[in-house]
Amino acid sequence: MHPLTPEDAELPPEDTPVGRRALLGMLGVGALGILWGAKVQSGIDRALRPITLNDRTGLSSFLPSGGRFRIYSVTGGLPSRSEAEYRLTVDGHVDRPVTLHLGDVRDRLPQTALTKDFQCVTGWRVEDVPWRGVRLADVLDEVGARPGATHVRFWSFDGVYTETLTIEQARRDDVLVAHEMLGKPVTREHGGPVRLYVAPMYGYKSLKWLERIEVVTALDDPTDPGYWENLGYDVDAWVGRSNGRSDEAT
Amino acid sequence: MTAHDTIRDGEVVRFDRAERWLHWANAALFLVLLATGMTLYVGPLSSLVGRRVLLKDLHVLSGLLLPVPLLLAYAGPWRTGLRRDVRRLARWSVDDKRWLASLGRRSRGRMGKFNAGQKLNAIFVAGCIPLMLATGAIMRWFDPFPLAWRTGATFVHDWLALMLLAVVVGHIGKAIAEPHAVRAMRRGTVPTEHVRTHHPRWWRELHADPPSG
Repeated sequence: MHPLTPEDAELPPEDTPVGRRALLGMLGVGALGILWGAKVQSGIDRALRPITLNDRTGLSSFLPSGGRFRIYSVTGGLPSRSEAEYRLTVDGHVDRPVTLHLGDVRDRLPQTALTKDFQCVTGWRVEDVPWRGVRLADVLDEVGARPGATHVRFWSFDGVYTETLTIEQARRDDVLVAHEMLGKPVTREHGGPVRLYVAPMYGYKSLKWLERIEVVTALDDPTDPGYWENLGYDVDAWVGRSNGRSDEAT
Repeated sequence: MTAHDTIRDGEVVRFDRAERWLHWANAALFLVLLATGMTLYVGPLSSLVGRRVLLKDLHVLSGLLLPVPLLLAYAGPWRTGLRRDVRRLARWSVDDKRWLASLGRRSRGRMGKFNAGQKLNAIFVAGCIPLMLATGAIMRWFDPFPLAWRTGATFVHDWLALMLLAVVVGHIGKAIAEPHAVRAMRRGTVPTEHVRTHHPRWWRELHADPPSG
C-alpha cells in the first residue's frame, strides 16, 4: 500500500509491469475472436438487421455487420446510365439479335420474381432479398439462341467487368436479368438499371451494370472466363461448393 | 543504455530521432490503412472511389509493411531511447491507475513522462499490429483456414479497425490540443519548464543519479 500523502510525494511508489500482460491479454482475446467470432458476429447481424436495412443516413455502413450489401466496383467510382439511355444488346449465336430498352425488360418480356439470399465469396450474406426481372432463359428464347451455343458472356457498361456462364447454367430458372431488387428499381450502386442475378452462385457472377449478353459456340478466349475468375476465383461459382467455402446454399 | 533523456539548451529531449521516425512511419501506414480499409468497407465511400482491386492491393501492401518501422527502430544502437520509453509505457504506477480512474483529474502532481492515457494508447496500438496482421493475413490468404476462422478473422479485423479509428481520432485530437505534444513529436524537445511543472516525476528521473547496481 502507498498512502498518498504529501510526504511520500518524493518517493515514487513501485510500478507494476502491466504492458506485457495487457499485450498478451489482447492477443488472447483476439485469438478467441478468430475461433468464436463467427458465432458472435451472426448474433450481431441478426440484432442489427432491422437497423441496417432501414437506415437512410448511411451511418450503419460503418458498423461491422455481415447482413448488408457492400458496394464493390472495380473501376473508378460507379458507372452511370439513365433509364432513358439504357440499352441491352443480346447477340452472338442467335436468330434474332436485339437491342432492348429498359421498357422491354421491365414491361414487355415475361416477369419473374424471386426471393433469395445473396452470398458474397468474401463471407457476407444478405438474406431474403426480393428480386424481379426476366429469366435469362426467356431472354435467350426471345432472341432464339441457336443449337450449338455453349456459353453466354456478359458485359458491363463499366467497360471492365465481364462474366460467363455455360448455356446450361444460363438456362436455369433462378438466373435473372433483374431490374428490381429490395422492392425497388436496381440502384446505381447495386448495378442498375439492369443487372444479372445468378441465385445459386457467389455474388461475383451476378454482374452489375449489364450492357451486353453474347451467346457463343465456344468461349472465344477460354483463358478469359471473366473478371473475377481471372483473379483466381472459381469459374463454376456454386455457393457452398466452390472457392474452398462451405456456405449453406442460397 | 544511458540512464535518462538528454537535457540541452533549456530543452529536454522527449523523443529522439529514431522514435520520431518510427512514430511518423507508423502514422503514415496507419492512415493509408484506415483510408483504404474504410473505402473498401463503407458503402458510400466505395461508391465514390471504386477501384476495388487496386485499393485492396494497397491495403494489403501497407499492412505487410506495418511491422517494418518497428523492427528497424529496434534493429540498431539508436534503440536506446525507444527501449527506455517502451519500459515506461509498460509500467504503471499507483498514480497512473488513480489518474485513469478519475479520468485525468487526480494524481497530476506526480505525473511521469507519460500519462495513463498515453500508456493505454501505446499498448492498444502495439497489440493491434500483430492482431490486424494475423487476421488480415487469414482474410487475404484464406485457403488453408476453415470457414469459421475466416469469418472470425473478419470479425476481429472489423471491430478492431473500428476501435482503432476511434483511438487514432482521439490521439490526434488530444495531440492537437496540446502544442507541446505536437512539437515534441515533430522536433523532439519540450521546454525544461514544461517538464518541471507538468511532469514532476519525469523531472526527478532526469536529475536522479544513474541507478548503481
